Amino acid sequence: MILELLANAVSTGVLLGCIYAALALGLAVSFGLLHIPNIAHPVFVVTGAFAATVFNAMGWDPLLVSLPLALVFYGAGIAFFEFYSRIYEKRGEADTMQALTLFFGVSLVIETVLVMKFGADQRSTDVDYVGQSLVLGPVVMPYRLLIPALVAPVMVTALWLYLKFTYAGIAIRAVAHDERALSVSGINPGWIKRHAFGLAAATAAISGAALVIVGPIDPFAGRMQIGRAFAVVILAGMGSIPGTLAAGILIGVTEALVGAFGSPSWAPAVAFTMLLATLAFKPSGLFGASR
Amino acid sequence: MAATRREFGTLVAAAGAAVAMPAVWRSAHGQGAPIRIGTTISKTGALSATKSTLTGLELWRDDVNKAGGLLGRPVELVTYDDQSAVAQIPSLFSKLVDIDKVDVLVSPYGAGLSAPLMPFIKQRDLFTIGMFALAGNDATRHDKFFHSAPWGPDSKINWARGFFDVAKQNGCSRIAVLSADVEFAKTAAGGAEQIAAEYGMTVVYKQSYPPATNDFSSILRNIKAQTPDAVFVCSYPPDSTALVRGLSEVGIGDSVKLFGGAMVGTQYASLLTSLGPALNGIVSFALYAPEPTMANTEMTAFLSRYEKVAAEQGLDPLGFYIPPFAYVAGQLIAAAVTGAGSLDKAAMAKVLHETEVKTIAGPARFNAIGDWTERRVLMVQFRDIKGKDVEQFRQPGRQVILDPPSLRSGELVAPLAKARSS
Repeated sequence: MILELLANAVSTGVLLGCIYAALALGLAVSFGLLHIPNIAHPVFVVTGAFAATVFNAMGWDPLLVSLPLALVFYGAGIAFFEFYSRIYEKRGEADTMQALTLFFGVSLVIETVLVMKFGADQRSTDVDYVGQSLVLGPVVMPYRLLIPALVAPVMVTALWLYLKFTYAGIAIRAVAHDERALSVSGINPGWIKRHAFGLAAATAAISGAALVIVGPIDPFAGRMQIGRAFAVVILAGMGSIPGTLAAGILIGVTEALVGAFGSPSWAPAVAFTMLLATLAFKPSGLFGASR
Repeated sequence: MAATRREFGTLVAAAGAAVAMPAVWRSAHGQGAPIRIGTTISKTGALSATKSTLTGLELWRDDVNKAGGLLGRPVELVTYDDQSAVAQIPSLFSKLVDIDKVDVLVSPYGAGLSAPLMPFIKQRDLFTIGMFALAGNDATRHDKFFHSAPWGPDSKINWARGFFDVAKQNGCSRIAVLSADVEFAKTAAGGAEQIAAEYGMTVVYKQSYPPATNDFSSILRNIKAQTPDAVFVCSYPPDSTALVRGLSEVGIGDSVKLFGGAMVGTQYASLLTSLGPALNGIVSFALYAPEPTMANTEMTAFLSRYEKVAAEQGLDPLGFYIPPFAYVAGQLIAAAVTGAGSLDKAAMAKVLHETEVKTIAGPARFNAIGDWTERRVLMVQFRDIKGKDVEQFRQPGRQVILDPPSLRSGELVAPLAKARSS
């Protein structure tokens, strides 16, 4: 019985951790690489979730439809970064407090728009695999968690390969490392940052589709994710993309074990306890802010 | 320049008229001035799904004004958006009372938002109707506060007693209690333990969990290991959804006859239509179900009118839970004002304390602290849900009333596994 409980807790934790990583991935780019404290990212994710529900109501699979939606989010992310850049960065006023205030305001505006457009009721998707599970011996994995969880390794691998092996990806890592040096090399850091922010926004469309398969969402659902998303990014190490997946899984498994063998009420404290421990003992994160 | 005696007389008369005019105008204005009813609505924020309260009140206002108003005066609603924030309540209600000069108050939605209002209405001795403020007046004991919802007396403990009555009738003795880490759920879970003890039942598992938990597989496995007969669940909409899905995904064993009780969300169309057949077998609370035992032409007519407004405004399409009781709030005000023949608050309260009021939700009588003397919280079992069409939830036989006995429309189908597969 205990072994069965343990095996199921670990498997559920891995699945939840992958979903946490998917939600935090955009933040790992905007905060980890660009150093922009985009606390509105979870609201971007919720916007992606709402967009997925709209197309799901027309019969589209939420994850499939999130791929073209990611392009729309990429464009919106570029436009938003241009606004942010013109208002703050070019005036040399982009200090952290102002940026936090801006993104806090943006998240409130988006939430209000979502309420006005969709109402405050919970929305969910209608997909055939919800309510069924993959049974592997004693381990039962609900497809409602399993399928969205598969999104994270795919996104993390694709983004990591892009950042490692493409010209634009290397430029993004360079702008994170030394923006001025990049300018000297004849590359426009503004364009690179816009592109990176667009990529971060694009991940929100896919993560949102994953989120709404896991459970119903409402316009305020992003608020529940902010703390955990930041914890994942910091635990991973600022800018470490593969580390985001590892950190998400670490938090997910720990939460699941605490829930199964301790009290589920303690589970929300797990991410923050790990965050505090990281800041105290290894401020650079588990994967050392590798670029 | 000296004034003549005639000029002086004219001046005095004009000054007298000028001084008297406001009083004359006020008096005339007071005769036909609207009776003002003030409240706050959570139009934005986490509780904005409750904004259908306003629709219920507006439908009542329109009906009353069409019939000539109250005391020959039209009724006017004065409302503000409280943004679902407790911090907004004191200032907004002070504004309603001191600046807008409303005659009667309706509380904001729920016990949480109503809590800061209670000392204020007690101190200012205001006549107030409570909107879903479960046990909201138990501590304050204000004698001019009346609940529009039929939670019944000592509701903190008793409102979900129907679940345990059904459990007792079906021979359940081993109970599991699961609750979200929020005030309402913890209160309900505490009451559940007391009732279980009173009925000689053993609580074999008790667990709380953080709000918006979306995976219950570990908890459901732990419950299954304890082989309870009944599982009393106090959950909020996101976790209600995750729990119902978890039942399909990992199961809960064959011992469970009864599952649910205080699952918030199962009263709204959005959750009902998203879960569809997965709801079959679940027992949860409701305040209205379209069963023959609750057939009531006034309620049917109200819901029919509400549905049209809901479709235009994007509100809950069923409207079984909140809107009828906002209308009831209006009916209680009308009965109090008409019965008292004035807006005297003591006289209005006396009317509601001493007479039965006919409402669209049935006759209401009140105890000293404004609770309905008869608990009329329903325990319904979801049955025969097919697909996700909202229309089926307007049909009888989908939410079978198990309790109270006076409204019972069917017996519990048990065990849960059988009810879910049938």
